[in-house]
Amino acid sequence: MLDIFDFYDKMERNNIMLSFKGDITSELLTSILQIMESKLDNMQEEPKIKRKVYNVLVECLQNLYHHMDEVDQSDATRDSGRSAIFMIGRVDNQYNIITGNYIKADNVETLRGRIDKINSLSKDELKEYYKEVLNNGEMSQKGGGGLGFIDIARKSGEKLSYNFLSVDNKYSFFSLNIKIAQ
Amino acid sequence: MEKLTIEGTPKTPTINFDFGTGTLEIKGRSIPENSIEFYKPLVESLEKYSGKPQGTTSVNIQLEYFNTSSSKCILDVFKKLEAIHKGGSQITINWYYEQDDEDMLEAGEDYQAIINVPFKMIQVEE
Repeated sequence: MLDIFDFYDKMERNNIMLSFKGDITSELLTSILQIMESKLDNMQEEPKIKRKVYNVLVECLQNLYHHMDEVDQSDATRDSGRSAIFMIGRVDNQYNIITGNYIKADNVETLRGRIDKINSLSKDELKEYYKEVLNNGEMSQKGGGGLGFIDIARKSGEKLSYNFLSVDNKYSFFSLNIKIAQ
Repeated sequence: MEKLTIEGTPKTPTINFDFGTGTLEIKGRSIPENSIEFYKPLVESLEKYSGKPQGTTSVNIQLEYFNTSSSKCILDVFKKLEAIHKGGSQITINWYYEQDDEDMLEAGEDYQAIINVPFKMIQVEE
């Protein structure tokens, strides 16, 4: 039997305010954002922190949303390739936004390179890099265009902590943990 | 005279563009998953307007949140305004931000650095 207490206990210890695992749809994002906004309001969170958490949340969730269809839907070997996990918690006055999703193994090194580059930049360098990508960067069909991680790094003011777990020769599981200090 | 009016939603801003008075207002949240689709009518209206703009065009941008997908579209809107400004219509972009919202002020300054149109940063009470 599934040990639900184990889940509960882990979530309790990490002070998880909201978590979700499954298909990421536009409607789901609307609901999650509404729930989190009212939670932050109820907690009477400082407007400044509230805005940062909300902004980072939007970018993290939309990253997941735009990545959903990169995994081959016709790939019968893994139905779970279509789903992602998301959690937000608050421990010791720090918000943690954690996401996990499958990505194609071929894309791991490119993504690692992009995040490492962002992590190597200072606050001012990030600002310049953002403007450079905003102005010269290509717009992807969905309008993402590579600004998401830069924006998350700027708004959170922290390095992006991430991990890749190799699942098989086709897919890896990408996890991202964004910290927002109060 | 032509007008473009788009009602705001929890994920998209209210847009009012009045060709007759030469005023453009974008207000609210801009966090749609597909921003290109959302901003398309505005970009098209600006193209139309650029053919015969007013002597002065007033632009008010008052956003509470915007995602990175919108930020590229907003830049496209500003680039259209830049062309209209070059063409002879006096334009000022009024960029509104809440009192302690440094990120929003900084976002306005990022655009100001890229776009060759006068910007005015206006602080509003929360």
